[in-house]
Amino acid sequence: MMKEVLSMDHVSFSYQSEEGVTEKAIDDISFAVQQGEWIAIVGHNGSGKSTLAKLMIGLLFPDEGEVNVFIQKLSEANLWAIRSRMGFVFQNPDNQFVGSTVQDDVAFALENNGVPFTDMVTRVHESLAQVNMSNFHDHEPHHLSGGQKQRVAIAGALALKPELLLMDEATSMLDPQGRDEVIRVVEELKTKTGLTVISITHDLEEALLADRIVVMNKGKLLTTGTPTQIFARGDELEAIGLDLPFAMKVSRLLRESGMELFGEHMTEEELVNGLWTSHFSK
Amino acid sequence: MLEKMIFGRYIPGTSFVHKLDPRSKLSFVFLFIIAVFLANNAVTYGILLGFTLLVIFSSRIRIYFLINGLKPIIFLIAFTFLMHIFFTKEGAIIVDWKFIKIYEEGLRQGIFISLRFLVLVLMTSILTLTTSPISITDGMEDLLNPFKRFKLPVHELALMMSISLRFIPTLMDETDKILKAQLARGSDISTGSIKQRIRAVIPLLVPLFVSAFKRAEDLAIAMEVRGYRGGEGRTRYRQLKWHWRDTVALALLGVLVAALVLLRG
Ligand SMILES: Nc1ncnc2c1ncn2[C@@H]1O[C@H](COP(=O)(O)OP(=O)(O)O)[C@@H](O)[C@H]1O
Ligand SMILES: [Mg+2]
Repeated sequence: MMKEVLSMDHVSFSYQSEEGVTEKAIDDISFAVQQGEWIAIVGHNGSGKSTLAKLMIGLLFPDEGEVNVFIQKLSEANLWAIRSRMGFVFQNPDNQFVGSTVQDDVAFALENNGVPFTDMVTRVHESLAQVNMSNFHDHEPHHLSGGQKQRVAIAGALALKPELLLMDEATSMLDPQGRDEVIRVVEELKTKTGLTVISITHDLEEALLADRIVVMNKGKLLTTGTPTQIFARGDELEAIGLDLPFAMKVSRLLRESGMELFGEHMTEEELVNGLWTSHFSK
Repeated sequence: MLEKMIFGRYIPGTSFVHKLDPRSKLSFVFLFIIAVFLANNAVTYGILLGFTLLVIFSSRIRIYFLINGLKPIIFLIAFTFLMHIFFTKEGAIIVDWKFIKIYEEGLRQGIFISLRFLVLVLMTSILTLTTSPISITDGMEDLLNPFKRFKLPVHELALMMSISLRFIPTLMDETDKILKAQLARGSDISTGSIKQRIRAVIPLLVPLFVSAFKRAEDLAIAMEVRGYRGGEGRTRYRQLKWHWRDTVALALLGVLVAALVLLRG
C-alpha cells in the first residue's frame, strides 16, 4: 500500500510586484509524491522550481489550490510541526551553514526542536556517519569544500529523522567531484532507509537517477513520467531550454550523421552497448 | 603587520588556562580588572605583576610571542610612562639635567600606571588567546542569563555574535575575490591620492554589501526552515561544564584580592 507524502492540488501562485502586474510564477500545478519515491523536478531557470519548493515548506502559501504534506493541508497552524518532519537542503553551501563547526550545524535543527542533550550527541554522530563526514566533527565551515558543506547540510536535515528530504539545486554550485559525493550520499540513503526525496535540478544527468521526473516550463507542469518516458521526448526538453545528458547528445548527433542506432541512450553504458551491437541488427 | 597582532586572536592549546570554563575565565578577568585598582604601593604592584606572570606561565603562551604581538600597545604604555615622568611635579627632584627635571612622584606614578596598564592588557590578551570566540560567546550568554528578566535579549545577542564570527572568514574570502576581480579590471586601490583611493574602494564595497544581504536573506530562510523560532523552548548542544579547576582559579583570585587588601598602603 503506497502512502502519499506530499501532493499539490491545482496550485497557483504569483509574486506581488511593484507595478501590480502579476504573472503567475506557478500556474495550476498538480502532482503527488508517494512514500519512498525519488522525484526530480526539472525546468529551465525561472521556470518556478524554487517557488514550488517554497510552497512545499510553507515559506509561501498558494493563491489558489492546496498543498498537502503528510496528508494535512499546509497552513500557518501546522507549519512548524510539518517542518520538523522534513529536511531541506538549499543551493548555496555557505548561506545555510549556521553553526560555527560541523557538529554545531548538524545540531541546529535539534536544538530548535528542543531535543535533550544526550539524544543530540548520538543523533549528530549518526547523521554525520550517514553522510561519510564522521571525521569532521570539529571542522569549521571555511575549511570544508562545497561538497562537504552540502553533505553537512544533509546530515543536519537527517538528524531530525525526516520523512521527506527536499533539495533545491543542492548540487548546482559544486564542482563535479562535490556533485558526485552528494548524489552518492543521497542514493545510498534512499536504498538504505527508503527516504522520500524531492530533488530540484536543472541537470538532467542527475534527474536520470530519479524514479519519476516532473518537468516544469514557465510555471506550468509540462509532463511527468519515468526517466525513460521523459527522455524519449528529448526534442521537447531541448526546446524548453534543458541541456540533455552527454550520452544522449552524442547518440543523437551520431544518428544525425547517418549512423544506424536504435532508440535513445541516456547513459554512457547504454550508448556503448548500443554502439557495439549496432552492426548485429543489420 | 596584521598577522603579528594578537589582539582578538585564538591560539588552540591544552594548558590549564585553555581548559578552564569560559564562564570562570570571563568572571576571573572581570574581577581581576577591578582588583587591579586595589594596588597602590610597590608591594601590591609587585604581587599583581607576579600573579600575571603566573597566569601567563600556566597558559603556556610564550612571553616573547605576547610582547611581540602587543608592540603597538607597548608603545602606548611607554608614552603614558613618559607623560607621567615629565608632567608630574611633586616630591624630590631626582634628575636635573639641562631643561629636564624628573620628580620622584612622577617616576613612581609613571611606573605604577604603566604597570597597571600592562597587567590589564596582558590578562585580557590571555583570555582571548586561550578561549575560542565561540566559547566566549557561550560563556557570556550563560553569565548574562539572569539579565533576561530585565528584557535583555541575551540569546539573540549571543546568536548574533556567533553568526557574525562564523561569517567573518566567508566574507573575507569574498572580499578577496572581489578585490582580485576589480584589480583584473584595472582598479587600483594602492596608489593615488586619498580621495582617489577612497573612490576605488566603492566598487569593492558595493558588491560585498549586495552579497552580504543576499547571504543574510538565505540564512534567515534556512534557519526558519530548520525550525528556528527564537530562544524559547530551545535546548543547547554546546554544554558548559564547571570543573574543580575553575573553582581553584577563582579561589586563587580570592587569595590575590585578600593579599592586595592586606598589603596596600
Ligand atoms: N521574490 C520574488 N519576487 C518576485 N518575483 C520572483 C521572486 N522570486 C522569483 N520570482 C520570479 O518567479 C519566477 C520563478 O522563479 P524561481 O521559482 O526562482 O525559478 P527557478 O527556481 O526555477 O529558477 C521567475 O520569473 C522569477 O523572476
Ligand atoms: Mg531556483
